[in-house]
Amino acid sequence: MAKELLRVEEITVRYSGLPVVQGVSLSVAAGETVCVVGANGAGKSTILRAVMGAQPAIRGRILFRGEEIHKLPTEEIVRRGVVYVPEERMLFLPISVEENLLLGAYIHKDRRRVARNLEKTYDIFPKLRERRQQAVSTLSGGEQQMVAIGRALMSEPKVLMLDEPSLGLAPKLVDEVLDTVRRLKNEGVTILLVEQNVREALDLADRAYVIQSGRVVLEGTGADLLENPEVKSAYLGF
Amino acid sequence: MDILISSLVAGLLIGSVFALVALGLTIIFGVMDIVNFAHGEFLMIGMYTGILTVQVTGLDPLFSLPVALAVGFALGLLCYVGFVKYLLRGPMVAQLLGTFGLMLFLRNLVLLIFGSEDRGIHTGILVGKSLDLGMGVIIPATKLAAAVLSVLSFVAVYVFIHKTKLGKALQATALNRQAARYMGIPAERMNALAWGIGGATVTAAGALLVNFWSASPYVGLLFTMIAFAIVALGGFGSIPGAFFAALVVGLITEIPGIWDFFTYTFDNDWMADVPMNSFKYTGVYLTYFIIMVVRPRGLFGWKL
Repeated sequence: MAKELLRVEEITVRYSGLPVVQGVSLSVAAGETVCVVGANGAGKSTILRAVMGAQPAIRGRILFRGEEIHKLPTEEIVRRGVVYVPEERMLFLPISVEENLLLGAYIHKDRRRVARNLEKTYDIFPKLRERRQQAVSTLSGGEQQMVAIGRALMSEPKVLMLDEPSLGLAPKLVDEVLDTVRRLKNEGVTILLVEQNVREALDLADRAYVIQSGRVVLEGTGADLLENPEVKSAYLGF
Repeated sequence: MDILISSLVAGLLIGSVFALVALGLTIIFGVMDIVNFAHGEFLMIGMYTGILTVQVTGLDPLFSLPVALAVGFALGLLCYVGFVKYLLRGPMVAQLLGTFGLMLFLRNLVLLIFGSEDRGIHTGILVGKSLDLGMGVIIPATKLAAAVLSVLSFVAVYVFIHKTKLGKALQATALNRQAARYMGIPAERMNALAWGIGGATVTAAGALLVNFWSASPYVGLLFTMIAFAIVALGGFGSIPGAFFAALVVGLITEIPGIWDFFTYTFDNDWMADVPMNSFKYTGVYLTYFIIMVVRPRGLFGWKL
């Protein structure tokens, strides 16, 4: 089995006093694409925010490459290689596409390396190259999502965590974004994906976890879960 | 006509210095959403820094600019690391009252050390010299120097924020603090940097002002108010906005001179009887008041 990169152990996270994540454990190995699926409000995004140290876990541990990271500040977790694309995208709207992308590479000092990453990002998203000087606020939702993912790639993540990248996009764009994720997967990027499009997500994932009311209720390979009767009736609609 | 032009030029000159006064306030607000009530106290300390530098080294007051920059940067950093950092954990009210307390502390500290009397510098090479623009328009050299050095300092900070990696990280923090952290930008250090730059620029403005503005421990409040008015007018967190708003506010403080011009022009008795000079800063406060009522976000609304 490939080397384990990220390990979440029995974490509990509260949000305004209520436990929204209770005793969740999951792991991501190098090169793997792991998916977390579940209904709206099940606590999927909270797990990612806990990994980033943005919403502290009150119980449990989070390990990255065998070292505890759950007490570290967000910026240190990023430096170690865990990078997060939030659901709200959180772009720097008034400044240009290129400035946004370069901020993504903040943790790298080597200019040539940053320039190389920029070229690579533009190769993945040619549209962003066309719009490099444009303010991000003038871009469409789909293009903004490309900036958000591209900005994360600029730091050369060891684990890329994507929080509902297809949220709020038109169906055609949803496919486009998920195709991008598949491309990144094929390039060997380790991905932890939270998605509401259960079928597409499971189809994409090597392994997946099903979350219900803050707990892991099912886990297995993407293919197995697609065939699972409970998953079928609850999330796939037949 | 000469009175009018003189007033307008004087307004633009002092407005340029006001821009440097307000710069730190708008940066600190932009990055941290904190209003620093002690802002004018930094300027007051800059004035005393200028006076002390002259007294100790015997150099011209203009050379106190780098000293004031260093003192202001250190003081801003110290205030953040030793005090403001802890306020952030509390509610909004704690932050307001906290910087208010900082204002009282700094003011009384200076009062304790230097006493309450007014002090000034009358020895500089530029004191008493002036530039004659013709048509009866004469610019005091001290004010011209202060304005030019203020603009240069202001531009330097603007370039730093827009052209350097550290500056861009500061801008990113101002635009979206949490997103900046997700980029690996250390938010705490950005706060400290904002306070350092904020302290350095306003303290430097104090050192530039002391050539023609007498220092006292109480002088800070006036400049805090002026800076508030500028930042409100220019947009909270906006740097170019602060510059243009400062020029406007500088012109507003010269309304008495403009009034005199019209008094002479129309040879109007009742106009001559209005004690406009007593209301020199009323226009500034009035502007602030109107903006807060009409457009609380400020006229321009763009961060950094």
